[in-house]
Amino acid sequence: MALLELRNVSKIYHLGGEEIRALDDVSLDLDQGEFVSIIGPSGSGKSTLMHILGCLDSPTLGNVVLAGTDIAKASARELARVRNRTIGFVFQFFNLLPKLNVLQNVELPMIYAGIGSRERRERAEKALEMVELSHRLKNRPNQLSGGQQQRVAIARALVNNPKIILADEPTGNLDTHTGELILALFRRLAAEGRTVILVTHNPEIAAVTPRRIEIRNGKIAHQVDAKLAGLDRVSKAPTEGQPS
Amino acid sequence: MNLFNAILIGLKEVWAHKFRSLLTLFGVVLGVASLVGMSAIIKGMENGMRESMIAMGGADKVILQRQAVPAYQEHLADQAPGRTLVDVIALKQGAPLLRVISPEMAVPDAMVSRGDKRASPEECVGVWPEVLEMNLHTVEHGRFFNALDEEKAHAVCVIGTGIRDSLFGDPDEVGREIIPLGETIQINGQPFVIVGMFTQYASEQDLKARALRNQANASTNKVETKKSRGWGRKGGWAFWRKNNTLYIPLNTAWVRFRMAGDLDGIPDPRLSDIDLKVKSMEQMELALQQAKNVLLVTHRGIEDFTFQTQESQVENINKQIKNARLSGGIIAGISLLVGGIGIMNIMLASINERVREIGTCKALGATGVDVFVQIIVESVVLSLLGAIAGLAASLLIVDLLSFIAPTGNTPIITWEAQAIAVAFSGSVGVFAGFLPAIKAARLEPIQALRYE
Repeated sequence: MALLELRNVSKIYHLGGEEIRALDDVSLDLDQGEFVSIIGPSGSGKSTLMHILGCLDSPTLGNVVLAGTDIAKASARELARVRNRTIGFVFQFFNLLPKLNVLQNVELPMIYAGIGSRERRERAEKALEMVELSHRLKNRPNQLSGGQQQRVAIARALVNNPKIILADEPTGNLDTHTGELILALFRRLAAEGRTVILVTHNPEIAAVTPRRIEIRNGKIAHQVDAKLAGLDRVSKAPTEGQPS
Repeated sequence: MNLFNAILIGLKEVWAHKFRSLLTLFGVVLGVASLVGMSAIIKGMENGMRESMIAMGGADKVILQRQAVPAYQEHLADQAPGRTLVDVIALKQGAPLLRVISPEMAVPDAMVSRGDKRASPEECVGVWPEVLEMNLHTVEHGRFFNALDEEKAHAVCVIGTGIRDSLFGDPDEVGREIIPLGETIQINGQPFVIVGMFTQYASEQDLKARALRNQANASTNKVETKKSRGWGRKGGWAFWRKNNTLYIPLNTAWVRFRMAGDLDGIPDPRLSDIDLKVKSMEQMELALQQAKNVLLVTHRGIEDFTFQTQESQVENINKQIKNARLSGGIIAGISLLVGGIGIMNIMLASINERVREIGTCKALGATGVDVFVQIIVESVVLSLLGAIAGLAASLLIVDLLSFIAPTGNTPIITWEAQAIAVAFSGSVGVFAGFLPAIKAARLEPIQALRYE
């Protein structure tokens, strides 16, 4: 069974009487340890899909099954719990809290998980060691470079040991070299058995992942999975799929 | 959510916007300072009033007062006898529930002089020895009147230290104690020998100050003269009045100043005052009824008298204190309200600035409750900081006030007032934080993340 299953998921907004289908009947399976990229231009529904994958939002229609439980109709509180325990977020603008130091930033998800202060500190230090930032524990985010900040954010995403890492344009604010280092880090995480979802509009970055999902007009337009038997499996979307 | 962390983040938030927080806190600081300061001043007033009341004879003193005859006895008004010694003797024999009965006969327009020095006593009255117990006097030097003085209408007097100060000099200014026993002074031109002098009456606080001064004098061995500050008479009105008392035997007052008659040539036997003390406060009503019965006989049924108990005085004082408290409380309440609105405003601004931070926290797993608690804690931290600053400010205010207007009633800061002020501003913080906290807790994580 897949770790995360989307079944006929639609997200519908009503803007001034007009119905907008940001996601239109999307079905998707993500397995444990997969390294996936979701690409698409802005307005394609890519962000909406990411929000639903990240349990930041609930779909209007359809089911989202995460590790065997349907969370499509979960309450805000339950979603918060899922986000806290099961998903690690990495953002384009890092989103570190500017008033907390590196260590405190990494401890934050554990505070919401109700973990005691000693264990919090141990685990935060370990996570920071993994991203090679053990020497900057007491620094404020604005004293770090962009790449360092993103590594702090990754440490923060990892610290509650989530099954899924959801990264939204993680290299969008970094130079090419730093971006590559970050992507290598993600690849390593996937190899360790975490599901890493990379959301980007940049096909070059998407190219590093074995599996690529392209979203257009709220539908999956195109899927490539290099892992499948040597040949690139190309699946056309049932209605108006467009070749990339 | 960890409370310690919430407080820490709150403090950091305050520190990050020092000036803004300072301005915001002004209302709370003022509110707390005025609450504590006001209650300190009122407490001082209360103490002063209580001391004054004791100086005037204590709570169990009842004054038999003259009163216009009631309307239905209007036609008998010119037959009203007034309060005379007849009443006193009748009460002594007919009202066993009374403990002390002290008649007073005032010397009209008394002027005391010695050489070229003059004084006009607050009270220059003829009395019986009962007056000592009635008005809680202590004879420190010499003696009080005895039966012989009364019988023979001796020209003797007992004075308060205020009279001594005027006629012989103030020891605080002269630098040595003056005890004018045996000296002769003139009361309205008639010679009287001083046989006794009362102790110097002063408020607790003045006594302390005096003791301190004496100690300092003793150690430095130099004579320091009294510095007078402001317009305060020595230690409050009640004590000043009590110190400016001059007593002569009742019979002497009668023989020397009244018997020869006033301008009309008719001697006036009426007393200026009759004071009573009852045996026990519990039997006050009963005792007064008894006294009334006796007096109605001696006054031939004409009700030209009334009783004024200190209870009504106490009631008066309590009423004044209550009013002062109320107005002080209202002022402080308004300041705190304004402070609360300031805090609410700043918290709203703060969460608007931090929409992305809040969104991030929510994405990381913060629940609405977590965010709510965080904002409330920040708001309370802000208001409690204000409260602490307010407590410090109240110390300054009280010092300033007692420097500007030194009265007999030093403001006293009570811990109750401080606790109430802190608790009150804490709850102001909770209330002020409520709306912003709800707003923050309801932020959708996505909207928060999109917000630029």
